[in-house]
Amino acid sequence: MSGAAVATAGARAPGLSRSMSRSRRVKDRAFRASLWACGFLALLPLAFIVWYVLVKGVSALNLDFFTKEPAAPGEPGGGIVQSFVGTALIVGMAIGMAVPLGMLAAIYLSEYGRGRLASAVRFVAEILLSTPSIVAGAFIWAVVVVAMGTFSALAGAIALTVLMWPIITRATEEILRLVPQELREGALALGVPRWKTIARVVIPTAGSGIFTAIMLAVARGMGETAPILLTALGQDFLTTNPVAPADAVPLRIYNYARTPVLSQHAIAWGGAIVLLAAVLVLSITARFLANRQQRRIR
Amino acid sequence: MSGVEAVRQEALTDDLGSRRIEVHDLNAWFGSLQALRDVAVVAEPQAVTSIIGPSGCGKSTLIRCINRMHEEVLGARVSGKVLFDGQDIYAPDVDPVEVRRRIGMVFQRANPFPTMSVLDNAVAGLKMVGRLSRGELRRRSEQALRQAGLWDEVKDRLDEPGGKLSGGQQQRLCIARALAVEPEVLLMDEPASALDPASTLRIEELIQDLKTQFTVVLVTHNMQQAARVADWTLFMLYGQVVEFGPTRKIFTSPDDKRTEDYITGRFG
Ligand SMILES: Nc1ncnc2c1ncn2[C@@H]1O[C@H](COP(=O)(O)OP(=O)(O)OP(=O)(O)O)[C@@H](O)[C@H]1O
Ligand SMILES: [Mg+2]
Repeated sequence: MSGAAVATAGARAPGLSRSMSRSRRVKDRAFRASLWACGFLALLPLAFIVWYVLVKGVSALNLDFFTKEPAAPGEPGGGIVQSFVGTALIVGMAIGMAVPLGMLAAIYLSEYGRGRLASAVRFVAEILLSTPSIVAGAFIWAVVVVAMGTFSALAGAIALTVLMWPIITRATEEILRLVPQELREGALALGVPRWKTIARVVIPTAGSGIFTAIMLAVARGMGETAPILLTALGQDFLTTNPVAPADAVPLRIYNYARTPVLSQHAIAWGGAIVLLAAVLVLSITARFLANRQQRRIR
Repeated sequence: MSGVEAVRQEALTDDLGSRRIEVHDLNAWFGSLQALRDVAVVAEPQAVTSIIGPSGCGKSTLIRCINRMHEEVLGARVSGKVLFDGQDIYAPDVDPVEVRRRIGMVFQRANPFPTMSVLDNAVAGLKMVGRLSRGELRRRSEQALRQAGLWDEVKDRLDEPGGKLSGGQQQRLCIARALAVEPEVLLMDEPASALDPASTLRIEELIQDLKTQFTVVLVTHNMQQAARVADWTLFMLYGQVVEFGPTRKIFTSPDDKRTEDYITGRFG
């Protein structure tokens, strides 16, 4: 009796599902394999770049590389310390300008921006976001370098600010908009003024998402060459003077890659390793924070 | 007891009569959609006034107009008068921040602050505006959590984020948060809509308790709840007042046929 019941059930339900699932499983597998292949293909260029840059440049990485000024052409040794210091100086100053500007604009757009001014700000950020960086560089050359009468780290930082500000603004605005309206209302209904609601509830809730936006902007700014060339010019000597011409790692790579001197090629590859590593660390941290953030807001 | 404390105590005990809310000719819009039409109602001190009516009839809109939260919605507009302590809260020289501090609100959906602990959530309002010491904040937090009937359940979890509590606990946390700033009126928008019967009962007991001090306005979908806790009941339809009166009268001998139909479950 019970054996028959089991047999019937066994003959019907699982048989049906097995025949359905067989063709489905084949399709599913083929589909998954092709997706996997696509993903692999997308990874390939990055893996290749990292590998190639490492192979070419790793020999240049030594203490002198990070601590010495360039050696005279043809002489061995030397480093590009002034490029690292210059990049730190320029990007540091750019962060100092772009972060407050970008945050304020983002807060304005997401918390107050209802009128025509808001549309204008959003429009400007949109345009700047797609402006070629060399155009930004040329513009800052015309209004800052010419006016100051000298190329400088400061001019470079202003050019990077023009590029980084809209990234921070748009990304931060998006993140602030993800903060549920109910939380703002919850604070306002307690008799908390609007600006305090923003400072104590909205921004903390958006939290690390704002860091993500900043890091993506820094990663972008750090690798820029053209605007730096037109504004900071380049520098062979170590200096931290913000109103003197300054060097930057991507600029140094650009200059060394165009010379026939082989030792300089190696140093350019070394610079590429450092730049790549910094950008990867920033992007991966940004991604990690963004994932964690998403889990918290939900 | 400090001087400030003494004044506050006095304010609590005397003059509860001034906490009366009168709504006159209130109209409210969302863009071009009119959500309230010529609403008039009175909320007496030391009493619970409940607002009932089908979904979308404007209950939430009405109570959000009473503490100037309606205008926070993009494109929202209000006309008419809401008198609190005899003063129109929509008069041009009135600061909405002050109105909201004195007229507290519990929202339809619990909204604890996710970045704050249970302890901090309960005193979020005090923390953000006042300058109280840590010890004082802790004391006030415990007081508010006890008042909201939550203390015993959370006293060992005070440092966890507010969002980790259960739905019913979160709602009571929001009630504690509203009570901690010592408002004079408490507006509650379906505070028990997402709760099980036991939690609902606790909230109803809490409301009974609160009305000795506050003017309470309660939006509810639950007829029995209105009958149990409210002294006055307002029945609304399509943004308009159908009937307003003592709860007993609304539930036993309403003047309007539509009220009777709604109460007896014939529509809505
Ligand atoms: N933010 C908004 N934007 C536009 N229209 C809205 C908004 N909120 C509510 N409304 C509209 O206003 C009317 C009244 O809504 P309200 O939220 O006051 O209803 P309610 O009586 O509280 O309903 P419920 O019992 O479902 O909570 C409805 O027609 C609704 O669609
Ligand atoms: Mg509602």
